[in-house]
Amino acid sequence: MTLRVNDLKVYYQTLRGDVHALDGVTFDLADGEIMGLAGESGCGKTTLGKSLIRLDSRMRHVGGTVELDGKDVPVGDDEAMVPFRYHEISLIPQYAMSALNPTRKIGRMVNELLRARGVRPADIADELKRRLELVGLDPDVLDRFPIELSGGMKQRVVMVISTLLNPSLLIADEVTSALDVSTQRAVAESLVEFRDREYVKSMIFVTHDISLVYQMADTIMVMYAGHIVEKASAKTVINEPRHPYTQMLIGALPEVGSTTVQGRLEGIPGTPPGLLDPPTGCRFKDRCPLAFDKCSERPPLVEIEPGHWAACWKTG
Amino acid sequence: MLELKHVHKVYRVGAFGGGRLRAVRDVNLTVEPGEVVSLIGESGSGKSTIGKMVLGLTRPSAGSITFEGTDITTIRGHSARKEYYRRVQGVFQDPFSCFNPIFKADRVFEMIRTSYFPETSTPVWREKVLDALATVRLDPDNVLGKYPHQLSGGQLQRLLIARALLLDIRLLVADEIISMLDASTRIDVLNLLADLKERGLGILFVTHDLSLGNYVSDRSVILRKGAIAEMGPTSKVFDNPLHPYSRHLLSCVPQLHRTWAEVDAELEADPPEDVVLPVATDDASAPLLEVEEGHFVGIDQG
Ligand SMILES: Nc1ncnc2c1ncn2[C@@H]1O[C@H](COP(=O)(O)OP(=O)(O)OP(=O)(O)O)[C@@H](O)[C@H]1O
Ligand SMILES: Nc1ncnc2c1ncn2[C@@H]1O[C@H](COP(=O)(O)OP(=O)(O)OP(=O)(O)O)[C@@H](O)[C@H]1O
Ligand code: SF4
Ligand SMILES: [Mg+2]
Ligand SMILES: [Mg+2]
Repeated sequence: MTLRVNDLKVYYQTLRGDVHALDGVTFDLADGEIMGLAGESGCGKTTLGKSLIRLDSRMRHVGGTVELDGKDVPVGDDEAMVPFRYHEISLIPQYAMSALNPTRKIGRMVNELLRARGVRPADIADELKRRLELVGLDPDVLDRFPIELSGGMKQRVVMVISTLLNPSLLIADEVTSALDVSTQRAVAESLVEFRDREYVKSMIFVTHDISLVYQMADTIMVMYAGHIVEKASAKTVINEPRHPYTQMLIGALPEVGSTTVQGRLEGIPGTPPGLLDPPTGCRFKDRCPLAFDKCSERPPLVEIEPGHWAACWKTG
Repeated sequence: MLELKHVHKVYRVGAFGGGRLRAVRDVNLTVEPGEVVSLIGESGSGKSTIGKMVLGLTRPSAGSITFEGTDITTIRGHSARKEYYRRVQGVFQDPFSCFNPIFKADRVFEMIRTSYFPETSTPVWREKVLDALATVRLDPDNVLGKYPHQLSGGQLQRLLIARALLLDIRLLVADEIISMLDASTRIDVLNLLADLKERGLGILFVTHDLSLGNYVSDRSVILRKGAIAEMGPTSKVFDNPLHPYSRHLLSCVPQLHRTWAEVDAELEADPPEDVVLPVATDDASAPLLEVEEGHFVGIDQG
């Protein structure tokens, strides 16, 4: 088992109180597994990714444990996390492309990053070139400035850099959202290739594009308001979702060929609850058409069939 | 209502502006009232540039853009421009950048009032704002009086659309307004566009996501390197793509029940027939060929 997250709680401290962004999250990620992570804006996807690599100053580890390849990952201890970062766990953050320093040539930036991580650039130069070629980039990109590259090229550069040290776990946060479909496909396929070649052992792929996840992920996990609501194989989540939220989310996806003329798709009425003072019980209950008395208690995440987890009193 | 004829945009690029980049090449297209036209294409294909020219934010290097009979490049002076923006508005990709973080988000409504409706009384104006919020399905209690950072991207995006609606616009340029939103909010915004269209609004809908473009639009325009590769009724373009580039793009659209490999295999087993493409006589023109009624293909740019 690559990653084992148990009852992880990470809150943001604000003047008005704690934002319960990650409120008791439990899941496993197997060796070789690519897991898509989906859910409404603000449900805690980025927070989960950040928690596994570095808590920023306003984030607080409130409880729970993380284990990687059998070792305890001290997520709350900034210092003790140093050996894990990039070597064991690597993150491609949301908006990574636009964060590339515009005044540095790509090659120089890569070298600086490597040195900062205690690696001699010369030791890894050949591997770097090989991997750039693998994702369809000419190693000449190292001599270019970020503005001279298209969005898709930049995104692939970031991917290669983030995985150069063969981390066990890669977290990719919305890495394809700004790309057109053909570039999206190229980037997604490269990520799968990285897994197949064992540059990374397993991967969490955060995205709003559930149909893209379906193309590349083994499993999909769906979050809602700081909780996990469902996790199963990608096929199961798309074709036989069991949690009411997942069902409504999948029902809201247009397919190529669907049009408003043939019939409108429906969004999910209402908005997610605030996380500053979240409601007790099932956090979906205000929007759930199936809600009943018992939903004022928090439904546990249970394995309803092998490999299929859901947190709903109606699915149990 | 809106007509672009042989529109070009050439930017000066590189040190000292010595280089030339043809961002838009010989584009012809129209948007009628009550029609959604989607503009689809890869990054850098010129979609936003077309939107900006329609909104008068940048001038075409050649060609004409007419809106309800007036060539918009001839619009001069503050009051004429103001009149134009009463009827034509744009909403852009990144809603966060349209709000000043130090002011409450609903200040954008007040700004419209100050410049367009100074005579309107406060209660009447408030009614108008509530109406616009209802149209975009926002709960006033959730959004009025809040600062931008207290609202989600989807809420901010809908506030901007509501602001445009206060003006009784005829044409909306919507540039990648949903790529930042999650799946269920996307559908809400798309359904909203469909409602607006039913009310007679024309919409130029810029997107790189083909299944979203398809969901709302009557006609689709596929752009490649500034020129139109294919244009026609959306159903024809999607069911029977003619240009090799459109075919390639469509094969890359992630589908919910078919994998890319399955799509590739089907295409390989039953390859579509080649279509004769028009040929450009120089590197500035981009002729179109009408293959079936209203369905055009453009030049091959490799
Ligand atoms: N620095 C912060 N201070 C306070 N609250 C925060 C902070 N960062 C995030 N939050 C809140 O934590 C929750 C989870 O945010 P997060 O960024 O993890 O969401 P997300 O699922 O990644 O959303 P998106 O799809 O929009 O990227 C949200 O409700 C957000 O408002
Ligand atoms: N102000 C400018 N000066 C010089 N070049 C520009 C300018 N604005 C755009 N360009 C160039 O014009 C081309 C078209 O850009 P445009 O923004 O219209 O593309 P787009 O289709 O909207 O792409 P995206 O999907 O990335 O938004 C690009 O090559 C871009 O670099
Ligand atoms: S636990 Fe209750 S409210 Fe929550 S999803 Fe299930 S039925 Fe709906
Ligand atoms: Mg996020
Ligand atoms: Mg653009």
